[in-house]
Amino acid sequence: MDTHMETKRLIITAVGGQGNLLASKVLGEAALLAKIPVRMSEIHGMAQRGGVVESAIIFGDAHSTIISDGEADLLVGFEPAETLRALGKCNRKTIVITNLAPTPPFTVAIGKGTYPDIETIQELIRAKTARLIAFDAVACAKQAGNVMSVNIVLLGALIQTGVLPISAAQIQTTIRNKTKAAFVDVNLKAFELGMQAAAESAAVSEPPTA
Amino acid sequence: MHKLLNDAPGEEIFLLGNDAIARGAIEAGVAFASTYPGTPSSEISLALYQVSQESDLYFEYSTNEKVALEVASAAANCGLRTMCMMKHVGLNVAADPLMTLAYVGVTGGLVILTADDPAMFSSQNEQDNRYYAKLAGLPMLEPSSVAEAKEMTAHAFELSEKLKTPVLLRTTTRINHSSGVVTLGKLPRPKTKGAFKKDPFNLVTVPAVSRRLHVSLLEKLERALILSEESDYNRIEGNGPWGVVCNGVGYSYVADAIQDLNISDQTSVLRVGFSHPLPEKRIKAFLKGCEKVLVVEEGEPVLEEGIKALAQEAGLTLTIRGKAPDLFSRLYEYDPAEVRQHLGTYFGVAVPAPAKVDLSGVPEIPQRPPNLCAGCSHRATFYAVKQAAKAVETIYPTDIGCYTLGLLPPLSMADFLICMGSSVSSSCGFAQATDSKVISFIGDSTFFHSGITGLVNAVFNNHNLTLVILDNGTTAMTGHQPNPGVEMAAHGRGTAHRRVSIESVVRGVGVEHVTVIKPYKVKKSIAAIQAALDFEGVSVIISEETCTLYARGLKQLKKKAFRVSDRCVNHRDCINEIACPAFYLHGERPQINANACVGCALCAQICPENAILPLKSSA
Ligand code: SF4
Repeated sequence: MDTHMETKRLIITAVGGQGNLLASKVLGEAALLAKIPVRMSEIHGMAQRGGVVESAIIFGDAHSTIISDGEADLLVGFEPAETLRALGKCNRKTIVITNLAPTPPFTVAIGKGTYPDIETIQELIRAKTARLIAFDAVACAKQAGNVMSVNIVLLGALIQTGVLPISAAQIQTTIRNKTKAAFVDVNLKAFELGMQAAAESAAVSEPPTA
Repeated sequence: MHKLLNDAPGEEIFLLGNDAIARGAIEAGVAFASTYPGTPSSEISLALYQVSQESDLYFEYSTNEKVALEVASAAANCGLRTMCMMKHVGLNVAADPLMTLAYVGVTGGLVILTADDPAMFSSQNEQDNRYYAKLAGLPMLEPSSVAEAKEMTAHAFELSEKLKTPVLLRTTTRINHSSGVVTLGKLPRPKTKGAFKKDPFNLVTVPAVSRRLHVSLLEKLERALILSEESDYNRIEGNGPWGVVCNGVGYSYVADAIQDLNISDQTSVLRVGFSHPLPEKRIKAFLKGCEKVLVVEEGEPVLEEGIKALAQEAGLTLTIRGKAPDLFSRLYEYDPAEVRQHLGTYFGVAVPAPAKVDLSGVPEIPQRPPNLCAGCSHRATFYAVKQAAKAVETIYPTDIGCYTLGLLPPLSMADFLICMGSSVSSSCGFAQATDSKVISFIGDSTFFHSGITGLVNAVFNNHNLTLVILDNGTTAMTGHQPNPGVEMAAHGRGTAHRRVSIESVVRGVGVEHVTVIKPYKVKKSIAAIQAALDFEGVSVIISEETCTLYARGLKQLKKKAFRVSDRCVNHRDCINEIACPAFYLHGERPQINANACVGCALCAQICPENAILPLKSSA
C-alpha cells in the first residue's frame, strides 16, 4: 500500500439480485492487485427480497468506509430509477454511469405507482452532474451471453472513464482469478462490451462546462 | 480449501469485516464456537461453520443466544479457546449467563462478540452494548477498521486468558459489513480437547461462593485497568490543544475530518479501542494537554460521561462536549460530513460548504420496500388466516423473521412485536386483556429460540389463543441457517444432528388442538384454521412448507409456472389480496412473470374465474 493517490469515492446502487456485491468485490480485489488502498461498505436492505443494495467504495488514503451526501466522485446505477434516487450522493463534478433498462418496483408493476420517465431521469442527471454515461447494459449483458452479467458490463463502463487508477488488465485478471470459472468468458466479454458502450457514449456527449 | 484457512502468513487479502473477525479467531486457535444467527453478525458464524467442516474446529448453531453462551462457558472452562457471537439484542437474551459468568470466569480464552446496529439497518432497536461491559464488569475491545477487527479478535483471546475472564468484542454494522485489506497471520494448531477440573467452591455460584467471586471480579478489573492503560489500542495521535476522543468507526470519520480541515497540528486524538475499563491515567494526562475536548461516539454518551467524571477527579475544568442538540446525536449512525462539520464548528475552523447537488425538479421515485418472495409460503398462510378470521375482530401479534414483512399491505398481518418470542407470550396478555380473537405468528427457528416457554405459559394459564407456527424448515431471514426442526441430512448437512419435531413439542407441552396444514392447499387450510379458532383455549396451527428461496438453492424447487389465461375478467384479486411479486400488469391485464413464478398455485386457487392455469396447458 505505498501508492499515494487522490481519494476517489464511488457509490454503486442496484436492486437485489443484480450482482452489485460481486462487482464491488471485483473492484476491491483489483485495487488490491493495483496496490491502491481500498475500503468498502455495503448495505443490503433484504436484498433477496427485492430491496435496494448500495455499496460505497473508497480508493486512496481516506479512513471512512461510507460516503456522505454530495461526496461521491462516481455513481454507478444498475437501474435507472435507483440511479436517480442516489443523486443526493453526487455533486457538480460527479460522473454518473447508469444502465437504462428499468426494473420497475412491484408497486409500479401492478399499477400503483408511476415510474419516472427515462428521458427525464437522464436530463436531470445530465443537468446536475459533470457527465452521464447511459446505455442499455442489459442488452450488452445478453450480447455477452448472460443477462446476469449486467454488473460486469457496468464495471467495464466505469473503468473506461479512467477516473479510477485501476487498469482494464487488472480487472480482467481479477475476473479470471476471482469469478466463477464457468462465467469467466462471459464476464470478460461483458467487461469489454461495457468499455465499448462507455467509449461510444463519450464520443457523442461532450462534458458541460462547469 | 476455505479461503480463511489459507496458510500464507504475510499475504494481503480483501475481506469482509465478519470474515476478518473469523480469521482473527482462527489465527488465535479458536477450538469451539457457538452462536445464534443475527444480522450484522451472521457471516462470522457462516465462515466458522464452513471452516469447521474442514478442520478440527467445533461449531454449533445453538437454539438461542443464552444457550450459545452457556455452551461456550463450559468449553471455555475446559480450557478451550472459544468464541460466541450474536447481534446486540442477542446479548439481552444471553445477559443472564453473562452476568454470572463474569463472576465465575474462564480458563480458556472466551471472546463474546456483540454486533451493534446503529441506525437499525436490520434490528428492532439500536441499543448501545458498551453498557454491558460496565454492567457485567468485563473488558471490552472495539475495532475501528476491518484490519483492526482481525487483530483485536486474536488479541481478545489472549486478554481473556490473561485475566481469566470473558472478553466482549463490540462491533457495529459498519465494521461487520465493510471490507478492507488484511494481512494474514500464522495459523496455529489449536488445542481441541479440553479437560474440566472440578472446583465447585469457585464454579457453583451459591451466595457464599458468589460473595467471594465478586471480590475476585473486581480484582480482575483492577488488572484489566492496568492492561487498558498500557494498551496500544488506546492511543494518542498528535499533540495539539484541541482534543478529540473517539471509538469504533467514529475514529475513521475523525481522521478524515482532521485531514480535510487541515488541522492536524492543532488537534490531538485519543482513540479508545480498549474501552472498558477506561484507561483513567491516560485520559487524565490527555485532558491536561487540551484546551477543550470533543467526544465522537455513536450511540449513548458512554465515553463522554466517563471522561467528564475523570476530569472532575483530576480537578480539570476544561469544556468537554459530545452529545448535545447542536452537536452529536444519540440517534442512528454518523457519517464523515457530519463529523467534519461538528469538528469545524466546535473548534472554530471554516468547513468548506458541502457541494451537494440541488435536488429540485427530481420527481417522486416509487419506493422499493422488501416483499415476501414470489411463492413464499408465508403469503399463503397469511391469506388463509385472513379468510378464516374474516368475520371476527382479531389481534395479530407477530415475531421476528421474513414473515414480519406480513406487516405491509395488502397482507397487513402484524399488530405487535417487541422481540424474539414475543408473539406467543404477548398473545397471552392480549387474550386476557381484551375480548378480541388473538392469532399470532412465529417461525420455526424463532419458536425454538424463545417461543416454547411462552407456549407453556399459554397452556398453564389456559389462555384463549391460536398460535400459527410458520415452519419453512430454515432460518430464512438471516441467510438460511439450520434450526433444531431441520432434517439436516436431507439438506446435505451431514448426519451429526437429530431433528426435533415441532408437532411433538407442541403436543408434549399439552396443547390439545394441534393441526398441521400445507398452506398451498388453500381451502383445507382455511377450514383447519377456522376449527382452531372455534376451539376454546390454546390451539396451534403448524403450517409446513419449505422456504421457496431455500428450496431453490437446494435445487428442490419443482417449478411449474402459471399464466393468466383469457378467462381473466380483471377482478385483480391476485394482485390486490396477495400481492405476489411474480405479477405485473400488461396493459390493464394481470400477467405472471414465468421466471419468478414457482408454481405454488395460491393465486390459481383464489381467482374467482379460475383464470390462472399452468403455463403448459391449453385454454
Ligand atoms: S426467503 Fe423464504 S421465507 Fe423469506 S420471504 Fe423468501 S420464501 Fe419467504
